[in-house]
Amino acid sequence: MLAYIVRRLLYAIPILIGVNLLTFTLFFVVNSPDDMAASQLGDKYVTPEAIANWKRKNGYDKPLFINGEAGGLAALTDTIFYTKSVRLFAFDFGRSESGRDITTDVSTRMWPSLAIALPSFVLGIWVNICVALMVVMFRGTTLDRWAVFVFVCLMSISYLFYIIGGQYLVAKQWMLVPVSGFDPAFEPWKFLLLPVLVSVVSGIGSGARWYRSLFLEEAGQDYVRTARAKGASEISILFRHILPNAMIPILTGIVVLIPSLFMGSLLIESFFGIPGLGSYMLDSIRSQDFAIVRSMVFIGSILYIIGLILTDISYTLVDPRVRLN
Amino acid sequence: MGELGIKPVLLWSDALIFMLVMVLSTFFYRLRNDPQTRDRWSEVFSQRLGMVTCTVIMVYVGIALLDSLHFRRALANPEGADAMEVFYDNKVISVLDVMLDGMGDRFERTYSAPFALKSFEKSDMKDAQGRAVRDFEWLEHAGRHLANPQDKWLDLLRLSAIALVWGLAASGLVVGLQWVLLRGSAYPWYASWLVQSVVICFMVWLVYISRYYHVLGTDQGGANVAYQSLKGIRTGVLLGTLATLVMLPIAVTLGVMAGYFKGWVDDVVQYLYTTLSSIPGILLIAASVLLFQVYIDLNPDVFSVGMEKADARFIALCLILGLTSWSSLCRLIRAETLKISQLGYVQAAHAFGVSHRRILGRHILPNVTHIILITFVLDFSALVLAEAVLSYIGVGIDPSMGSWGNMINGARSELSREPAVWWTLTGAFFFMFTLVLAANLFSDMVRDAFDPRSGARRSGA
Repeated sequence: MLAYIVRRLLYAIPILIGVNLLTFTLFFVVNSPDDMAASQLGDKYVTPEAIANWKRKNGYDKPLFINGEAGGLAALTDTIFYTKSVRLFAFDFGRSESGRDITTDVSTRMWPSLAIALPSFVLGIWVNICVALMVVMFRGTTLDRWAVFVFVCLMSISYLFYIIGGQYLVAKQWMLVPVSGFDPAFEPWKFLLLPVLVSVVSGIGSGARWYRSLFLEEAGQDYVRTARAKGASEISILFRHILPNAMIPILTGIVVLIPSLFMGSLLIESFFGIPGLGSYMLDSIRSQDFAIVRSMVFIGSILYIIGLILTDISYTLVDPRVRLN
Repeated sequence: MGELGIKPVLLWSDALIFMLVMVLSTFFYRLRNDPQTRDRWSEVFSQRLGMVTCTVIMVYVGIALLDSLHFRRALANPEGADAMEVFYDNKVISVLDVMLDGMGDRFERTYSAPFALKSFEKSDMKDAQGRAVRDFEWLEHAGRHLANPQDKWLDLLRLSAIALVWGLAASGLVVGLQWVLLRGSAYPWYASWLVQSVVICFMVWLVYISRYYHVLGTDQGGANVAYQSLKGIRTGVLLGTLATLVMLPIAVTLGVMAGYFKGWVDDVVQYLYTTLSSIPGILLIAASVLLFQVYIDLNPDVFSVGMEKADARFIALCLILGLTSWSSLCRLIRAETLKISQLGYVQAAHAFGVSHRRILGRHILPNVTHIILITFVLDFSALVLAEAVLSYIGVGIDPSMGSWGNMINGARSELSREPAVWWTLTGAFFFMFTLVLAANLFSDMVRDAFDPRSGARRSGA
């Protein structure tokens, strides 16, 4: 097991290098440091000296990949690629184009993101499973068909409308919670309630539909027929036989998402004004702060790869037939 | 074309969409002879829901195609100018604009509610005596024919009745023609006819009423919301199809090669899609779009102003969406090809010394077509939804090009007004929801018909 994890971690290195190279090419080759300086400085202040100044201050006055002037190892390390991209591997994110320390920003903004993402995730799965179980109880009836139709309808509504509608109904019409904002000191649950509710409700359509099909797949298995022949009641078949077996694909399917919860949700956080990583990314995209985008891409990829490894491990934990090799 | 007084304008996206329609039609025309595929399709279309959803999608596609025929109108010759020379309007319009009878040209100053006669906000104006007052202004294009504003609802009822008669006559003509042709068909065509009649009546009503009122009100800039929602159709449909068109060849080629050749080819392809899918999708798209935007801003001479720039950005967005989203389909096709290449008939073909190219083309590709088809329909609705989100983030469609995402983005905070400005969101919601719902339901049926796994499950149950 340990050997397997180590090997998977080693396998992650070329992927991270690939991510790094790709983002680097995207950001620097297409968009040269001169262009970056021009867009950061604003049209008014673009002079050759100002650009050179900005590049020196932010460390963009070096060659991209190979520095011919410096000798020895410095030929490789004294380049933009090394200082801006390779350093990410040591989790040294450096400073944003506007001069803020990215590592500090990330570590403080992680917690509000998690405060919303984690409850939404857990509650969402619980609600989806309950709804799906309820529908499966009526499988084959008109009720089942209508439920599936309602799921597809829920899936077809844009996420933006869930947020806008939730804010309008719950916050504006019923005045139950504040429309947006976040204050960890003053009753934080009040600010978290609506975002969590919106993400849970918006997930019901696709989630419950997927779980329903997993449950149905299990319901067609031989052991279910055996249990029924044995005289077990439909309720006990559902909870004692179908549910535990269907939990295997459900669990292994969602494990990959768990590490990414740290990244938060772009839309939820920006609509509700929550100072998490999601709104951090959105702000950096809007202000074209590529240092932050680059760091977030790197963090996101690491979390995804961890998720993949966790998925493989979870297979062996819930299903003893699967061996890692 | 000079005699007609128009000058056709071919945008890149127009050319691409018509090419796509042609390719798809030939594809389906050739598939027509395959008995198995025919069975599958007839399974989809023998259900009423399949007919209804397919008709709805076709209506959207039809409107998108009409909106893709762009041209510039000739201007009336100025006095004293050379009569041989024809000047064309700078504004590019489409056939749809003509069919909507100038719906997009009726601007107000700012917000107005659906069917309203007065503006939504008070503004400074002069009253009859010339004193400055602050009041709701009368709209320029709503209810001008009314002698008495109290008659509005009665007038609306009268206009609706007239529109309904015209609509029913038009749909009677369209449906009647089809009835003559398809009388003995085993398929439930009546479901499709019903949808067609409803759509025709609705459109006739919309165009007719829009001459006298703003059916869905106007937005902040005073533009007609119903018109904008209709213009959003082209953006949504084109984005959904063009992005998939970019993604399909990459995913299919790489997936089939990885599954068939195995070895180092497989390793490389797996490495590529794992790397790509480990980058948070939205960040990758946002970064790519931003870079393209920077490129446009820094090289203003590459695209002449206005529509072409917006169109270039739109095509770039399709390209980027396609290039970043092929990994999941590639994975599916690779797995399926791995399975197929182990089967007896492929092994037999090998033993007979059939070339790789022939095996891939004759034995493997036809057997992964169902995956491609299912993905095509499924991704379509996902892309329409994604457009709204991307436009909200600011990396989507150019604001000058109408799209549902831009409409939502412009109106999202207006619900907090008192009273709320709800009509822009409603318009975008209605047109988007109908398209996505139809596509989702249709893709469900296509999957049920084409996926061998779901077929086995059905017969087993």
